[in-house]
Amino acid sequence: MSIEVFAETTLGDFRLETSFKSDSRLTAIFGPSGSGKTSILNIIAGLLRPERGRVVVDGTVLLDTAAQIFLPTHCRRIGYVFQESRLFPHLSVKGNLLYGRFFTPRPRRYARVDEVVDLLDLGPLLERGTNALSGGERQRVAIGRALLASPRLLLMDEPLSSLDDRRKQEVMPFLERLRDQARVPIVYVSHVSSEIERLSETVVLMSEGKTVAAGRTSEMKWNPR
Amino acid sequence: MFASLTPEELTAIKLSLRVAIVATAASLPIGILVGLALARGRFFGRSLLNALVLVPLVLPPVVTGYVLLLTFGRYGPLGRWFAEHLGIVFAFRWTGAALACAIMGFPLMVRAIRLSIEAVDRKLEQAASTLGANRLWVFTTVTLPLIAPGIFAGAILAFARAMGEFGATITFVSNIPGETQTLPTLIYTFTQVPGGDAAALRLTYVSLVISLGAVLASEAIAQRVSRRLHAI
Repeated sequence: MSIEVFAETTLGDFRLETSFKSDSRLTAIFGPSGSGKTSILNIIAGLLRPERGRVVVDGTVLLDTAAQIFLPTHCRRIGYVFQESRLFPHLSVKGNLLYGRFFTPRPRRYARVDEVVDLLDLGPLLERGTNALSGGERQRVAIGRALLASPRLLLMDEPLSSLDDRRKQEVMPFLERLRDQARVPIVYVSHVSSEIERLSETVVLMSEGKTVAAGRTSEMKWNPR
Repeated sequence: MFASLTPEELTAIKLSLRVAIVATAASLPIGILVGLALARGRFFGRSLLNALVLVPLVLPPVVTGYVLLLTFGRYGPLGRWFAEHLGIVFAFRWTGAALACAIMGFPLMVRAIRLSIEAVDRKLEQAASTLGANRLWVFTTVTLPLIAPGIFAGAILAFARAMGEFGATITFVSNIPGETQTLPTLIYTFTQVPGGDAAALRLTYVSLVISLGAVLASEAIAQRVSRRLHAI
């Protein structure tokens, strides 16, 4: 498990400059709102094309502007759990979960439906429509949907931010199980230091579009805020 | 009431239905493409395309019919090309009536489809691409189901417009019984002859029933689809 990210780009009147490497199961990107965290995820997923950049996951080059390599999003096998879940409203929970699996060739499918359903406790939800779900349930389905595409890397953009404290406590144990049991490294974006201390092994600190520090969470002298 | 319809009237009703169905079905794929281009495309000539699509809505139908006669008539440049290469003749045939109806209904169809495409949350399409779907799959599995109500609405509007089309049709393909005499042109014929009032009124009822039925059906379908999309 290794990821390597380098990117420099201008977004409107905002300048993003980041560079970090990690071989952790869960790498956190930490910083206040508007510090460029989501942009980094979008660059890794191929939803945003930086002026200069390089993204390597487990030895596979997904982006290298110097070598003119840009793998389109659907070929990258990067799972993405968005802040606002983005479930497909015209499909049931089951339809959402199996969506990415359909596009994954059999030999690449390492995620098993029953395992993911168990891990995220989705059994009772399978036949439901997405509008009948609570916020916490929606995020669990979104995580399951991303996992079942058997991605090489899982991106999570503040998956807890839209939830109240009780729901956060409900989803948090699933995230820990995911980190410990799933066979996929995670990049996790948050502006909440307690989440990061609890979940991450490596942390990347962002401020005003710049990566100001990166290293082991336990060894970092980082000052939340 | 239908028992009292004459064979001539039944022929016109059947022809109208055939013309409207063919016009709608044949223009639907093009309507979806043009709706996509207008909603999403960033290309030179986009406003020109938009104006071209809308123009039958504001032109007098007789002008549209006359332009069709000049271009798709027997000696018109496009008419000749279609006859030579595809074997399709429009002049004074029911196919010409369908063409006229398709063009008159096209603005309504495209508008409904375009609005529904603009309402699609593109973030859902991004989500689909992160799950491995290429552009064609994203379109068929996410975009298309989400705009289905708009496509239905557009198709029904175009169908209803085609059922009522008069000016462009009669100018382009005339009013030939059994070939181009549709419901509206037959009603017009009856209003022009002495003693035709009863028949004209009968056909007016038929016209009302078909049009109302189409609109009610479209509402029902749209509601069902949107319930599927937005509730349970």
